[in-house]
Amino acid sequence: MKAKIIITPKKAVLDPQGKTVQSALEHMGHHGIKAVHVGKYLEIELDGTDKEAARKQLDEAAHKFLSNPVIEDYKLEIE
Amino acid sequence: MNFAVLQFPASNCDQDAVHALRLLGHSAQLVWHKDNSLGGADVVIVPGGFSYGDYLRCGAIARFSPVMQAVKQFADNGGLVLGICNGFQVLTEAGMLPGALIRNRSLQFRCEHIFLKTITHASPFSNKIPGEKILRVPIAHGEGCYFADEETLARLKTNNQILWKYCDVTGNITDTANPNGALQNIAGICNERRNVAGLMPHPERACESILGSDDGKWIFESLFAALAEKGAARAA
Repeated sequence: MKAKIIITPKKAVLDPQGKTVQSALEHMGHHGIKAVHVGKYLEIELDGTDKEAARKQLDEAAHKFLSNPVIEDYKLEIE
Repeated sequence: MNFAVLQFPASNCDQDAVHALRLLGHSAQLVWHKDNSLGGADVVIVPGGFSYGDYLRCGAIARFSPVMQAVKQFADNGGLVLGICNGFQVLTEAGMLPGALIRNRSLQFRCEHIFLKTITHASPFSNKIPGEKILRVPIAHGEGCYFADEETLARLKTNNQILWKYCDVTGNITDTANPNGALQNIAGICNERRNVAGLMPHPERACESILGSDDGKWIFESLFAALAEKGAARAA
C-alpha cells in the first residue's frame, strides 16, 4: 500500500512562497491565475493491506506530527 | 543559579547561551537531547539553531526528543523555560506556547540587529528591563513570522502574554520595523502561566558591549531576579 499526504498552508496564513510563485508565473505571461499555494507532498510506503487501519494510523500521525494544525491543512489518500 | 541549555543535533547557539550566562555570573550546563534529566536546573534554555536540519518544519522533530519530555514536566511543575529562535519554534511545535512560526514574509533569511519594545514587565523574562528601554538585539532566521489565529491572538492580549514587539529605534511599532511579517509585530510571547516564553531575537548574542550591544542581558537579569525571588519565597 501507499499513502499520499498533501499538506497545504491554511487559507488564513500568509503564504509568501505562493505569492512569489504566482507573480513569477504572471511575469512569464501566464494569465488568469487566481492564487498559488505552495505545500508539501509526502509518499509513505506501507506493509499490509488493511486500508482502514492504515488510514487511522496515518491520520493521527498527520494531525500530530506531519502537519501543524495551527498553520496547515492536509489531505490523506491511501491506495 | 543553574541553567540547563539543551543541545539538539544542529543546535548552534547553545555555546553562545552558555557563554552569556557564565559571563553574567551564573552556572550553565549543556544537556544532550537524548538525556531524560535536566540535572537539577533552575531554568531551561532551548537555544537557537537548526535542530534536526529543520526537516519537515522547524522544531517539529526536536519536540519528540527524550529531553523535551523532561522539559514539559519541568514546565508543568512551574519551572522557567526560555526558547530562543529555533527554541521558540520547538516550544510552539511542542504545544508549550501558542501559535506558530512560519516563513518570513520577504522569503529572505534576515540577519541583522533589530529593536524590541517590551510590552509587559509582568513576567519572569522581562521584569528587570528598565522602564521604557528599547532593546537592540540581533535576529538571524528565515522562519520567524509569528502566526496565531484570531481567537489565540485575542487570548494572548487578554492575558497580557505578548512580551516583546519589533519596533523602530524610537519605539514605534511600525510595519517597516517588522523584519519578518510577524502578526502585529510580535517578537516574543509567554504562556498563560507565565513560566514558559519564546522569542525570535537572540539576547544571548547581545550580552557584552564588544558585540555591539549588551541589551540582551536584561532578559537574563529578569530571570535571575525572578529566581532569586522564588528562592526567597521558598526560604521564608
